[in-house]
Amino acid sequence: MSALNKVGEYTLLMQKVLTRPDRFRETCKQIVREMNNLGVSSIIIVLIISFFIGAVITIQIRLRVDNPMLPKYTTGLVTRDILLLEFSSTIMCLLLAGKVGSNIASEIGTMRITEQIDALDIMGVNSANFLILPKIVGLVLFSPILVIFSMIIGIVGGYMVSIFTDLITTDNYLYGLQTFFVPFYIKYSIIKTLVYSFLIASIAGYYGYYVKGGSLEVGKASTDSVVMSSITILIADLVLTQLLLT
Amino acid sequence: MIELKSVSKTFDDKEVLKSISTSFLPGQTNLVIGQSGSGKTVLMKCIIGLMTPEKGEINYDGRNLLNMNRQETKMLRREIGMLFQNSALFDSLTVLENVMFPLNMFSNMRYKERAERALSCLDRVNLHDIGHLSPAEISGGMKKRVAIARAITLKPKYLFCDEPNSGLDPKTSIVIDQLIKEITQEYNITTIINTHDMNSVMENGDNIVFIHEGKLEWNGSKDKIITSSNKKLNDFIFASNLFKKVKNIEIGLMEDEG
Ligand SMILES: Nc1ncnc2c1ncn2[C@@H]1O[C@H](COP(=O)(O)OP(=O)(O)O)[C@@H](O)[C@H]1O
Ligand SMILES: [Mg+2]
Repeated sequence: MSALNKVGEYTLLMQKVLTRPDRFRETCKQIVREMNNLGVSSIIIVLIISFFIGAVITIQIRLRVDNPMLPKYTTGLVTRDILLLEFSSTIMCLLLAGKVGSNIASEIGTMRITEQIDALDIMGVNSANFLILPKIVGLVLFSPILVIFSMIIGIVGGYMVSIFTDLITTDNYLYGLQTFFVPFYIKYSIIKTLVYSFLIASIAGYYGYYVKGGSLEVGKASTDSVVMSSITILIADLVLTQLLLT
Repeated sequence: MIELKSVSKTFDDKEVLKSISTSFLPGQTNLVIGQSGSGKTVLMKCIIGLMTPEKGEINYDGRNLLNMNRQETKMLRREIGMLFQNSALFDSLTVLENVMFPLNMFSNMRYKERAERALSCLDRVNLHDIGHLSPAEISGGMKKRVAIARAITLKPKYLFCDEPNSGLDPKTSIVIDQLIKEITQEYNITTIINTHDMNSVMENGDNIVFIHEGKLEWNGSKDKIITSSNKKLNDFIFASNLFKKVKNIEIGLMEDEG
C-alpha cells in the first residue's frame, strides 16, 4: 500500500477515534487503566535511562570542553540545555515509542485477529474510539510527568558526577545549571512531548487496528509502528523546533 | 425473521457470494452449511453488516439493513448477539466483566442490577462461581458458554453463531448446540448458525441452507437431507463413511416402513 494511502487511512481512523465516546463512564475507566499501563509502568525505565544519560553527558561535556578559555559554568549549562531541549522530550519519546508503541500495537492487533474488535463492532460500540482514544488520552496526560521526571533525574545524574568524581566541582555544576536559564525550554519540551505522545499512541493504534492475518502479522505491525512513530517523531521535532524556537 | 434477497459479494474480482436468497425464521435452528471457504463467514458478516454486499437486500423483520442510516444500524446492533468462532472474549476483563460489558455500554441499570443480570446469564449457561476468573484461565467449552452469556445479556432478537463447535470435543459440542437451541426457543430468537459439524446438522437442522462455492445449492430440513438427490449436497454430507452408513440404515428403515 502506498504511503499516501496509509496517511488517508490513518486520517479516516482518527476521525472515528476523535469523537465523543459512546459511554463516558467506560472510557474514563479505560483512560485510568491506560495511564497506569502505559505511563506509570514507564516511570522506572525513564528514570534509569535519564539518570545515566545525565551523568554521561556531564562527563562527556566536561572532557570535550577542557579549555581554559571556556567559562567554568559551561558543563552544567550544556548538560541542562541538552536535557531540557532534546533528551527529556525527543529521546525519551523515541524510547517510549519502542516500549509503549509496540505494546499498544500488539494489544490492539491481537484483539483484531481474535475477533474481539469485531465483537465490539457487532455490539454497536465504536471500537476505534473505545480502544484507541483512552490510550491516546492516557499517554498524553501522563507524558508531561515523565518529561519532568526525566529532566530532574538527568540533572541529578550530572550532580552525582560532580560529587563522586573530581572532573567538576559541585559548585561549578550547580552554578552552570542556573546560568542563562530559559524557563520557556521546559514548556517547549512539554509541548513537544504532548505531540509525540499523541503520535506514538495514534500510530501504534492505527497499525494494530488494521492488522490482517495472524500472530506473525501482529509482530510485524508492532515493529512497523515503532519504526513509523520514531520517524514521525523526528520530523515533528524538526517542525516544532522551527515553529517554537526560531 | 431475516430475509435475504439476491445478496452478492465480490472481493477484487472473486465472486464469493452469488445472489443468495433465503429466509430464516425465529425460534428454530437455522443452519448454514458448506465446505471451508464456501463463503459461510462472509455471508454471516454481510448479514450483520461487518461487510457490505454489492447487491441485494437484507431484511430484519422488514427493515433493510442496507438502507439504514448510522443511527438505525446502531439501534439494530443492540438487538443482535453474536458468538464468534474463537469466542472473542475480552482478554483484559474478567468473565463477569465480559458478560456485563454490553450492559455497561448500553443499559442505564445500576451496578448492582447489571451484576445481577450478568450472573443470571452465567447461570443460564450453567456456569457458576467463575466470574472472577480471566478468559485465559477457563477451558474452550467454558469460553463458548461465557460468550453465549455475553451474547444474550441484552436479550437479543437475532443471534449469530459462527462455527460454535469448532475446536470442541464431541460431548461439549452437543452441550453448546443444545444450549443455543434452548435459548433460541425460550426467547423466540432468530438464530443463524454456521457449521460443518454433521452431528449438529443431523440433530438440530430445522432449516438448513447449503452453500457451495458461494451459491445456495440446497435448502431444506434435516429430514429431507437423507433423501435428497442433490449430488453436491450428498458429496458434502456423506463424505465420511460413518454418515454414509447412517444414511443407508435410515433409508433402509424408511423402505421397511413404506
Ligand atoms: N476479507 C476478505 N478479502 C478477500 N477474500 C476473502 C475475505 N474474506 C474471505 N475471503 C474469501 O472468501 C471465501 C469464503 O471465505 P469464508 O466465508 O471465510 O469461508 P467459510 O465458509 O469457511 O467461512 C474464501 O475463498 C476466502 O478466501
Ligand atoms: Mg468460516
